[in-house]
Amino acid sequence: MTRLRQLYPQLLALGVVLLLIGLISPGFFSVTVQNGRLYGSLIDVGVRVAPVALLAVGMTLVIATKGIDLSVGAVMAITGAIAATLVADGHPVPVVLLVALSLGLVCGLWNGVLVAFLDIQPIIATLILMVAGRGIAQLITGGVILTFNDPAFSFLGSGAVMGVPTPILIWLAMGLVVGLLVRRTALGLLIEAVGINRRASMLVGVRARFLILATYAISGLCAAMAGMIVTADIHGADANNAGLWLELDAILAVVIGGTSLAGGRFSITASLIGALIIQSLNTGILISGWPPEFNLIVKAVVIVAILTLQSPAVAEELGVLRDLLRRKGAKP
Amino acid sequence: MTENALLQAQGIEKSFFGVKVLDGVDFSLRGGEIHALLGENGAGKSTLVKILTGAYRRDAGVMRLAGREVEPRSVAEAQDLGIGTVYQEVNLLDNLTVAENVYLGRQPRRAGLVDRRRMRADARDLLARYGVKADPDETLAHYPVAVRQIIAIARAVDLSGKVLFLDEPTASLDAREVQALFDVLRQLRAQGLGIVIITHFLDQVYQIADRVTVLRNGRMVGSRALSDLPRRDLVAMMLGRELAEVTAHRDPGAVLSDSPAAFSFKDYGKRGAIAPFDLDIRAGEVVGIAGLLGSGRTETARLLFGIDRPDSGEARVDGATVTLHSPQDAIARGFGMCPEERKSDGIIGDLSVRQNILLALQASRGWSRPIARREADALAERYIKALDIRPPDPNRPIKFLSGGNQQKVILARWLATDPRLLILDEPTRGIDIGAHAEIITLIEKLREDGMALVVISSEIEELVTFSTRVIVLSDRHHVRELRGAEITAEAIVEAMAVPGDAA
Repeated sequence: MTRLRQLYPQLLALGVVLLLIGLISPGFFSVTVQNGRLYGSLIDVGVRVAPVALLAVGMTLVIATKGIDLSVGAVMAITGAIAATLVADGHPVPVVLLVALSLGLVCGLWNGVLVAFLDIQPIIATLILMVAGRGIAQLITGGVILTFNDPAFSFLGSGAVMGVPTPILIWLAMGLVVGLLVRRTALGLLIEAVGINRRASMLVGVRARFLILATYAISGLCAAMAGMIVTADIHGADANNAGLWLELDAILAVVIGGTSLAGGRFSITASLIGALIIQSLNTGILISGWPPEFNLIVKAVVIVAILTLQSPAVAEELGVLRDLLRRKGAKP
Repeated sequence: MTENALLQAQGIEKSFFGVKVLDGVDFSLRGGEIHALLGENGAGKSTLVKILTGAYRRDAGVMRLAGREVEPRSVAEAQDLGIGTVYQEVNLLDNLTVAENVYLGRQPRRAGLVDRRRMRADARDLLARYGVKADPDETLAHYPVAVRQIIAIARAVDLSGKVLFLDEPTASLDAREVQALFDVLRQLRAQGLGIVIITHFLDQVYQIADRVTVLRNGRMVGSRALSDLPRRDLVAMMLGRELAEVTAHRDPGAVLSDSPAAFSFKDYGKRGAIAPFDLDIRAGEVVGIAGLLGSGRTETARLLFGIDRPDSGEARVDGATVTLHSPQDAIARGFGMCPEERKSDGIIGDLSVRQNILLALQASRGWSRPIARREADALAERYIKALDIRPPDPNRPIKFLSGGNQQKVILARWLATDPRLLILDEPTRGIDIGAHAEIITLIEKLREDGMALVVISSEIEELVTFSTRVIVLSDRHHVRELRGAEITAEAIVEAMAVPGDAA
């Protein structure tokens, strides 16, 4: 879908981060098979990244339209709460999935209507659900941490298919499905057009409002999926903490992936690599044995470094430098 | 005359990035006169005003205020010298009170604190002199634009007191408010103030101004007393045509006036934008639309293309009534439009030339039926070749192309949809001469192929060259229709000078 060459900066950053972690903790790259299931730090990164990776898929599309979706963490809490409630009441997994995903879709449509049809600024429109969403989730769980014991549903969080943990399969599948949806149809092009110049797009007959609504709806669906994985993983719903601050990690993943917050050109693959970079840092710092207080600071330093290298100003400087070197090389 | 000039500028020059926008401009304003500054877009009016009010520094030239040479380095310095400005968007703060706005930055003080009581009383007295009964404690947002405008003028005059610049002061006022504003201006003129007013409305110029200075392409065309300047001559000054010499090549084909119109608009209009008009457009003809800036040209195009909704009249395509309430409605009927503002309304800057070309076609097909890569490549290749788009690289982002080539891409975008009616709003503005000629040739070719075109242009010779009919607009009215041999540059200019309500 995206040409490999355009992914070089993100792949390079991921490689460097993984290499550094490998140097600090040599066991990082070892993958073993136990009980027919893959184990190892690298596999753990793939599992732990699932919520942020799923959120990043939807967030990429929203940001491409020049929007932002701050509510995804809260939507995770809402859908997690409803899933836990239904599972605890003994409903079968397909019903739980259907209801939770529908609820995520409704949340996304709500955001989309506020942004696309009422022309409320995206940051404000989605802030509403970000704040209210946790309240809704608490109402659903009755203010307690709701737990359940249902192996079928827990499979979403801790199961494995042919040795590969389910969360990895889910985020890969979601990335693939949404990626194909936007690139095999004209959705991707039209979304980019709206993000770059909404006025001009509307003047050529692009249905900008519908497209913007669709991106928020997809973002809601992705958040619902993420919410269920977290719920299945911890065998319960915590309305206060499920998905807390994850919207920020998702935005960061998209930005590391090179999609501008000013809208326009986007790449879902690059956003997924961005999510992997963030999760590798989290896991790497955890297993390095450093005190966890360092976690956030190291993460911030690395991210600043990545974004600096990607900034247009630095790119220009590097280009000048390269030209200079080339000219020097050509002279003698 | 120069000896009694209040504000005088001579040989003003200014360049931006090596492009000369003002070239040896002279300007002279007397005390007790209202002086209109006129010119089409890009003539250099606002640059001149910004230099005279201290916002820009001039590159060369002399500026004298009451005979003394001055060099204001900022708006504040100009104010201290006695030169005040009121901009189009009133430069006051909506969330402060009326009194605070009048005295912002120079509040009367007592013992180091703002003396609010005195400020209120002063503001009330000051505004009363302008016939405004505004509560000094009310926030400014509470009052309509017209009142805010007068408050801004009161503040500017109170601050400066010798010269007042007004940039499009009447743009958002209704007729009654305009008269109230003009009363204030006449009062200030009687007090000996020199007033410069920039406006596009010729009616208002003749109503209020004593003299007029016309700029064109950064040069001064002339400065004349309005009392002995017929409206027609003023328009000619603004457009800069030596009308007698125009003998443009003209071959707009036969006028098929008796064949039924494919597109017919009856009593079509929108209050505040354009008065109701009748317009028939037949296949195989170019309807030229002429008019000065602000005469309702772009408003007409926006209405035809469904960007704005009409509040009167009906539209028919092939005899059947249609609703045109969005560009999508219009596109579904086979309309296409190249907007006047190419950068903000036309191009999708970061997308490639290919994607820009196929966008309109893709939008009309819908998102679920993508144009296959091979078809897109063929489409791009065809139009890049047919319109000679340079560089001929379909993958280059359109923002890196020159204005003329961007315009060709936008034309290609619509041609790809195979439109029946193409509306072009200033298709040749701001593009180089080569592309200019190519676009005119293209317009003629499309007409010969049987397409219906509506072309808005401020280049009168251009309209004469390719139009089958010309509709002339003035003051938001369609005032005149010229056909066949009637279409001459002279006749168009003559019609443009007719006040809109006289039609």
